[in-house]
Amino acid sequence: MNQQELQALRTMIVVHKRWDMIFGLIGILALMIALMTFTALFADMAINGVGRISWEFLTSFPSRRAADAGILSAWVGSVLVMLVTAFAAVPLGVAAGVYLEEYARKNWVTDIIEINVSNLAGVPSIIYGLLALGLFVYTFGLGQSILTAGLTLALLILPVVIVATREAIRSIPQIIREGAYACGATTWQVVSDHIVPYSSAGILTGVIIGMARAIGETAPIITVGALTFIAFLPPAPFTGEPPAGLFDWLFAPFTVMPIQMFNWTSRPEAAFLANAAAAGFILVLMTLAMNGLAIWLRYRLRKNINW
Amino acid sequence: MTEKTMPETQLPLKAEARNLSFFYGNFQALKNVNMPIYDKRVTSLIGPSGCGKSTYLRCFNRMHDLYPGNRYEGAIDFHPDHTDLLSSKVDPIEVRMRISMVFQKPNPFPKSIYENVAYGLRVRGESARSVIDDKVEAALRSAALWGEVKDRLNEQGANLSGGQQQRLCIARSLATDPELMLFDEPTSALDPIATASIEELITELKEKVAILIVTHNMQQAARISDYTAYMYIGEMVEFGETDQVFIKPNKKETEDYITGRFG
Amino acid sequence: MNSTVITAENIVLMQQVSDRLKKDFSRHLKERVIEAILFLAAFLSVFTTTAIVYILLKESWIFFQHVPLTDFLFDTQWTPLFDDAHYGIMVLLSGTITSSMVALLVAIPLGTIIAIYLSEFAPFSVREIAKPFLELLGGIPTIIYGYFALLFVTPLLQKIFPELPGFNLLSAGLVMGVMIIPYVASLSEDAMRAVPMALREGSYATGATRLQTSLRVVVPAATSGIAAAYILGISRAVGETMILAVAAGMQPNLTFNPAEPGATITSFIVQVALGDLPHGSIGYQTIFAAGLSLMLLTLVFNLIGFYMRKKYREAY
Repeated sequence: MNQQELQALRTMIVVHKRWDMIFGLIGILALMIALMTFTALFADMAINGVGRISWEFLTSFPSRRAADAGILSAWVGSVLVMLVTAFAAVPLGVAAGVYLEEYARKNWVTDIIEINVSNLAGVPSIIYGLLALGLFVYTFGLGQSILTAGLTLALLILPVVIVATREAIRSIPQIIREGAYACGATTWQVVSDHIVPYSSAGILTGVIIGMARAIGETAPIITVGALTFIAFLPPAPFTGEPPAGLFDWLFAPFTVMPIQMFNWTSRPEAAFLANAAAAGFILVLMTLAMNGLAIWLRYRLRKNINW
Repeated sequence: MTEKTMPETQLPLKAEARNLSFFYGNFQALKNVNMPIYDKRVTSLIGPSGCGKSTYLRCFNRMHDLYPGNRYEGAIDFHPDHTDLLSSKVDPIEVRMRISMVFQKPNPFPKSIYENVAYGLRVRGESARSVIDDKVEAALRSAALWGEVKDRLNEQGANLSGGQQQRLCIARSLATDPELMLFDEPTSALDPIATASIEELITELKEKVAILIVTHNMQQAARISDYTAYMYIGEMVEFGETDQVFIKPNKKETEDYITGRFG
Repeated sequence: MNSTVITAENIVLMQQVSDRLKKDFSRHLKERVIEAILFLAAFLSVFTTTAIVYILLKESWIFFQHVPLTDFLFDTQWTPLFDDAHYGIMVLLSGTITSSMVALLVAIPLGTIIAIYLSEFAPFSVREIAKPFLELLGGIPTIIYGYFALLFVTPLLQKIFPELPGFNLLSAGLVMGVMIIPYVASLSEDAMRAVPMALREGSYATGATRLQTSLRVVVPAATSGIAAAYILGISRAVGETMILAVAAGMQPNLTFNPAEPGATITSFIVQVALGDLPHGSIGYQTIFAAGLSLMLLTLVFNLIGFYMRKKYREAY
């Protein structure tokens, strides 16, 4: 190649590389748009809401007067609903994940289950609300209760837990299974002694992400009929109307954090909007903390396990 | 390497490695390699796996620049303009535009046969259909593939057989008129018949272009190359005419490797 | 011959064997029971889907006995709660389509650019920070995004377009777009990273730049995965509820103008659920008919997405 051709080549490369640089800038800009939206959202909520957050705000029931209103019934409701969700979704999700990875044979039944799990992950959450309304509320007669809401959210996050379980199990090398089978273990012994313990951190990550999603879900809970104005707490065990039982609270009417926030957001008075911002700020902090924990766990997991 | 064993030193040089060292992070993979590459000749690199022959080959088109933590020392002097291929002032893209490469496993792009061959031209901004048509046909003819694919140029490259895919990749790297072609064990994933056709092709290609080929197959090196270099643990143990290296190696280590006493 | 001789020793031996067999049998039974339980847990997903379809069809069936399908599909008014009730799903569909279009116009270009940037351009450290950050962004409850659209984005837009109403599909759609970016970016990036390094090396070896390699080799090779990411984004947009319920107003409005307020299929369901509709009333059944339309819409997208993901997993 002579000098002239070489010069032409170099000029062309400079032009080509300029496009590389321009795209690099566009990429950073696109990331920045996402970052700035997040910052604006967080700051907006903090500026408008932090002033309202106080002990009284956390320990008061909603009220007609914005200044007296609090989120007691909302956060208690959220905690109880999450409890039901976790108790239902974790065993079911882990069991389903274990079945699909360790037991399922490659046949059409397995295919159908897999298609269903994948499809359910994409079903809009409000559809789960309609399912719960038709099934739990009116067919099973569970009413518009904490139990109904908890089970609805459990169905909603089940695909998340299943997928996380499967991924965690898949990362366990085959030699571990072979080692255990070689000692004469049955499938269940391999699963309960090795597979589940070794994948527990990965499963936990998925569960936390699922719970973080569930705690912010609004639409399906509205659909099953959560009330927006609740000035009492569900009955503690053995304190409700006789014959009082351990689980009376499961069937109590309730509200949750996002619904309380939605209620305040749809009021025209500015004072209620401040309440909405305060509730929203707490909700964002909660989901960020949960997701952050999950990300950190996964990061630790990646660093610590080396097989 | 005396004057007597190398009567062809008058041949034009295409490139010359001088004190070339290469580091993956802190690990030194090449140690002070010196070696000439003659124009319009096939030079093969042999040696046990892990000896650094592929690492050496990939210095010539700065492939190592794609990954962080890699470092070159020394120089590769590229003739006739005496560009130092390894200089940080020389853009790796410029190097790759002049020196093309064929990989171990055929790696056709998920595009049509035609677009695979035209890729290098398009990357250079060529858009005239007639120019591209001509160059694609010429490259496919040179790669001995034209007869087999001329009626199915719009089919996916991946639909071809393994040997055809590798010839497609050769056509792709020929289409841009490279000055030096690098082959990284191009037949290791192919069956014997496909291997034979690639070897024949390489011997034809040296009429036009300098060729540097890594092979783990000593018979292949003996069959197709004019010069052979034996490498061991990052060092160039011996370089010479292929006949000399195989029949009368200067170094004991080379002889051990070639006669199978190695290891 | 001695095999027929029953000695005390032999009896003990036979006893042991039969013990082991018994143990094997109970062990086997336990294994089968456990497997059956685990299978039921996995099969719950099939049950859930069936239940969704059954509930939606059952209630919609009653609905369609009152409302002819042609009215449902072709009526241009949606006033199910009025005395003069009209049930034209088109009205809600227009809100869903308009807001989704706005969202996708934000999410698809930005999500794709971010994916290409993170997969092919960004240094390792940037990617390590950006990916978890995007994940956090995707984990924020949608009610929060709704608040943000109504009380931050809309006032901001009103400074530029003073005639923009307080409730509008535009700001809801824009915020929804930002919400969907992480889904599109993360799935597209996964697809691009699944493209074998050998293809990139082949491209770089011809002298291609990063951008040329990304756009001419990596993106085409990852097409089906990227398409699956887009489809997930579409199905998120179509099914999104709270952002629209909060920020777009809930007045049914047959319009494709994002600067107007409007109701979507989802926000209508929320609106009805917030009120006190007696079980079994026609209003109650309306939300199931609306839900069925939504389900059919997303089902189509989800199935396309499922097969595309499957296809790109098989490709390498």
